[in-house]
Amino acid sequence: MFSNTFPLWPTRASTISGQVDALFIFLLLLCGLMCVSIFIAIVVFAIRYRRRPGHVATQIEGSNAVEFAWTFIPAGIFLVIFVWGAYIYFLERTPPKDSMDVYTVAKQWMWKFQHTEGQREINELHIPVGRDVRVIMTSQDVIHSFYVPAFRIKQDVLPGRYTIAWFRATKAGTYHLFCAEYCGTNHSGMIGDVVVMEPAQFQSWLSGGGPMGSLSQTGQGIFQSLGCSTCHRMDTQGRGPNLMGIFGKPVLLEDGRTVTADENYIRESILSPAAKVVSGFKPIMPTFQGIVSEEQLNALVAYIKSLSPQPSGPAQTPTLKVPDASKADSRQR
Amino acid sequence: MASTAVAAPERENYLNKEYGIGSWLFTTDHKRIALLYLITITFFFFIGGFFALLIRLELLTPEGDLLLPDTYNKMFTMHGQVMIFFFLIPAVPAVLGNFLIPIMIGAKDLAFPRINLLSWYLLVIGGLMMIYTILSGGVDTGWTFYTPLSTHFLDTHVIAAALAIFVAGFSSILTGLNFIVTIHRMRAPGMTWSRLPLFVWANYATAIIQVLGTPVLAITLMLVALERVFNLGIFNPQLGGDPLLFQHLFWFYSHPAVYIMILPGMGVVSEIVTCFAHKRIFGYKFMALAVIAIAVLGFLVWAHHMFVAGISLYAAMVFSLLSYFVAVPSAIKVFNWTATMFKGSVSFSTPMLYAFGFIGLFTMGGLTGLFLAALGIDVHVTDTYFVVAHFHYIMVGGMVMAYMGGMHFWWPKISGRLYPENWGRLAALIIFIGFNLTFFPQFVLGYLGMPRRYWQYSPEFQVLNVLSTAGATILAVGYLLPMVYFLWSMRYGKHAPDNPWNAAGLEWKISSPPTTFNFEETPVVTWEAYNYDEIPEEVPVG
Repeated sequence: MFSNTFPLWPTRASTISGQVDALFIFLLLLCGLMCVSIFIAIVVFAIRYRRRPGHVATQIEGSNAVEFAWTFIPAGIFLVIFVWGAYIYFLERTPPKDSMDVYTVAKQWMWKFQHTEGQREINELHIPVGRDVRVIMTSQDVIHSFYVPAFRIKQDVLPGRYTIAWFRATKAGTYHLFCAEYCGTNHSGMIGDVVVMEPAQFQSWLSGGGPMGSLSQTGQGIFQSLGCSTCHRMDTQGRGPNLMGIFGKPVLLEDGRTVTADENYIRESILSPAAKVVSGFKPIMPTFQGIVSEEQLNALVAYIKSLSPQPSGPAQTPTLKVPDASKADSRQR
Repeated sequence: MASTAVAAPERENYLNKEYGIGSWLFTTDHKRIALLYLITITFFFFIGGFFALLIRLELLTPEGDLLLPDTYNKMFTMHGQVMIFFFLIPAVPAVLGNFLIPIMIGAKDLAFPRINLLSWYLLVIGGLMMIYTILSGGVDTGWTFYTPLSTHFLDTHVIAAALAIFVAGFSSILTGLNFIVTIHRMRAPGMTWSRLPLFVWANYATAIIQVLGTPVLAITLMLVALERVFNLGIFNPQLGGDPLLFQHLFWFYSHPAVYIMILPGMGVVSEIVTCFAHKRIFGYKFMALAVIAIAVLGFLVWAHHMFVAGISLYAAMVFSLLSYFVAVPSAIKVFNWTATMFKGSVSFSTPMLYAFGFIGLFTMGGLTGLFLAALGIDVHVTDTYFVVAHFHYIMVGGMVMAYMGGMHFWWPKISGRLYPENWGRLAALIIFIGFNLTFFPQFVLGYLGMPRRYWQYSPEFQVLNVLSTAGATILAVGYLLPMVYFLWSMRYGKHAPDNPWNAAGLEWKISSPPTTFNFEETPVVTWEAYNYDEIPEEVPVG
C-alpha cells in the first residue's frame, strides 16, 4: 500500500525495460562503489592526517604509474559501459520488421493516435500485450516527446518528419504517457494513458466502436479524391511512378542517388515532390503542403504501405507468454 | 597570531586609494572590477534563487496551484537564464579570476584593463535587458530556446531575452580574450607555464572555450531572433527549416558552457586543497593537462543532449563514446585531489569544508553523467528530473561550492578582513545538507519517470518533491548566512594578515588588501607552484 503512494522503482512493462534496469543497477553498484571508495579515502585521509602539533605533511610530487593507472582503468570501465549502453540503444532504435503500426500526431497539447484498423483515440493508446508496436509519430506544431516510463522508451516527435518508437509490452495494465519535451503552456497537461490489454480483449476493443474503414481504406479514399490515382496508375503508363509494391524497397532517383521508400520518403514526396524525383520521371507533381492534414498524410502513407505485401499480416497471433495476466485490469503506474 | 595587523590609519590599498562612485564606475583596476562583478552577480544569484524558490513551492503539491502554468514556465526559464548567463558563467572567472590572475602571475593588471571594464559594462547592459525582460512579463522558452517553440509559438519577450544573453555573451568573450593574452604575455620573470598555479590553468582553459564557443551561441540566438522577426526559414520546418539544426548549434556552445562553469571551480579547489592539506598538488602536470583535455574534448560531445531528438543511430553512438572520453580527465582530477590529502596536514577550515563538499558532490554529479552517457539509459532518463539532479550536482554542488570556498579562501585578501570562522563552517554544513536534500530525491524522481518542466505532476511523485522543497528552504538559509557575515566582517571583522592561511602563491606575499598595482616591484619567481615544503605550517590555536 505504501509502495503505491511512494514508489521507489518504476514498473517494468516492456521487453526492453528489464535490459535498461539491468544496466542501471550495474551502474548503481559500480558508481556506488567508486563513490564510496572516494568518500572513504577522503574521510580517512582527513582524519588520519589532520593538522595537529607535531605532525608535518610529507611532500609528494606524484607518480606517473599511479596517474596512468587511474587514467586507463576508468577508461576501460567506461568502454564497457559504452558498449552495453549502445547495445540497448541499438535494440531500442531498431524496430522489428513484423510489427503493428500506430500513427501518432502530437500537437499542443494532445496526443492523437490512428490504428491501422481505423480506430482513432486521443490521449489514450490501446495496445495488446506481446506484440511489437511501432509508433510512427509526427507533430503538427512544436517538438514533443513520446515517453512511457514503464517501457523505458522516449522519442522526440518533430514537426515536418516522422520519428519512430517501438516497444513490446509484457504486462497488461495502464501506464503513464508523458510529453517529455517542453512544448509551451500546458506541457505538463500533455499526458495520457497507454492501456495494455490481453490480445483477446484488444481484438474486441478493436472491433467495438461502430463500423469504420481501416486506415488504408481511408487513405485510398483520399488518394482518389485528391486525384493522385490519375498519375500514379497501377500500370506503367502513368505520369508518376506506379506505387504498387514500392514500400520498403530501394528507389533510384533522377540524380543517381538511391533511397529507401520508407515513411519519411513517402511523406516528403507528398509535401515536397521535387526533393527526390524518381529516375525516369519529370518533376511535375504539385506539392500537397497545406492541402493534406497530418492525419490524412498518415492515412495516405498507410495506404501506400498496404500496396506492398507485408511479411506477415496482423492475423498472426502472438504467442508470447504473458506474466501476471491476473493483474490485467489493475492500473499500474 | 591574530592582531599582527595594522592599527588606526590603514595602509593605502586598492579599496581606500580613492573614494566616490566615479572612482568605481571608471576604474580600470582589475581588483575593483572584480568587486563590481561580485556585486552584480550576487544580485542576479538572489534573483535566480528567488525563481527557484517559487518553482519548489509550486512543486510542493501535485496540482498546479500556486502559480499559473505560464508563470511557472517563466520561472524555470528565467531561473535557468539568470543563473547560467548572469551568475555561473561570470562567477569564478570574472570575480575571482579577475582579482587573482594578474596577482598570481605577478602582473600589475590584466593585459587590457579598459576592455576589462567594458566587459563589466556589457554584463550590466545584458543584465538590465534581462531585468527588462523579467519586469515586462518574462519569457517562457526554457533556457534552451528550443525551436520552433521559441520562434513561432510563444508571445513572450523572446527577443529581449535572447539579446540580453547575446550582450552578456560578449562580456564573457572579452573576459576570455583578456585572460588568454594576460596569461601569455604578462607572467613575471620565472613564472613559467609549469609553475603556474592550477587556478590559472583552469581559467586559461575556460577562456579558450569562452572565446571559441560563445560566438556560436551569439549567432544561434541571432538566428532565432531573425526567424522570429522576419519569418526566415532556418529552424521551423513549416518554412523549410530544420529544428535539429538549432539543437546542434545551441549545444555546440551550451555543452562546452558547462565546462566554462565548472573548470574555474576546479581551479579554486586545487588551490584550497593544497593549502589546507599543506601539500603540493599530486600530479601537477596531469592536473594541468586534464583541464586542457576537458576544454578540447568538451567541444566534441554536444549531441549527447540529443540522443532521443532524432539524430541517427550511429551519430548517437559516436557522441556517447566521446562523452566517456571527456569523463576520464574529470576522474583524474578527483583522484589527484584525493591523493593530495594523503600524508598531508589537513585542516578543517571553512574553505576546505567547501572543497570536501565540492569533491563529493562533483563526484556524484560526474558519476551520474556516466549513466546519462550510456545510450540505453539516457533514452529513459533524459528530459526527466534525473538530468535536473545531475546538472545541479555539477553546477551547484560543484561550481557554487567551489565559488563559496574560493570566496572564503580569498576573502581576507579581497576585503582585508577575516570572517567569523565558526559561522563559516556552520553555513558550509547547512549548504551541504540542504543541497543533498534538495537534489538527491530528484535522481529517484527522474528514474521513476517524472519529466522536467512539469507544472503539475502525478500524485505518486509528491513525497520526493516535498523532500526536495524542504531541502531548498534549508539551502536558501545556507546561502543567506555568508551574505550576512561577509557584510558584517567588512566593518567588524578582524584585520587580516597578509597570509592568514600560510598558503603558497604570489597573492599571499602581498598585503591584504593589495595595493593598486599589487606588487611594489615585479617579483621574480624561482619556485614551483605549491611549494609547501618551504612554507611553515599554521598550527591550530588552542
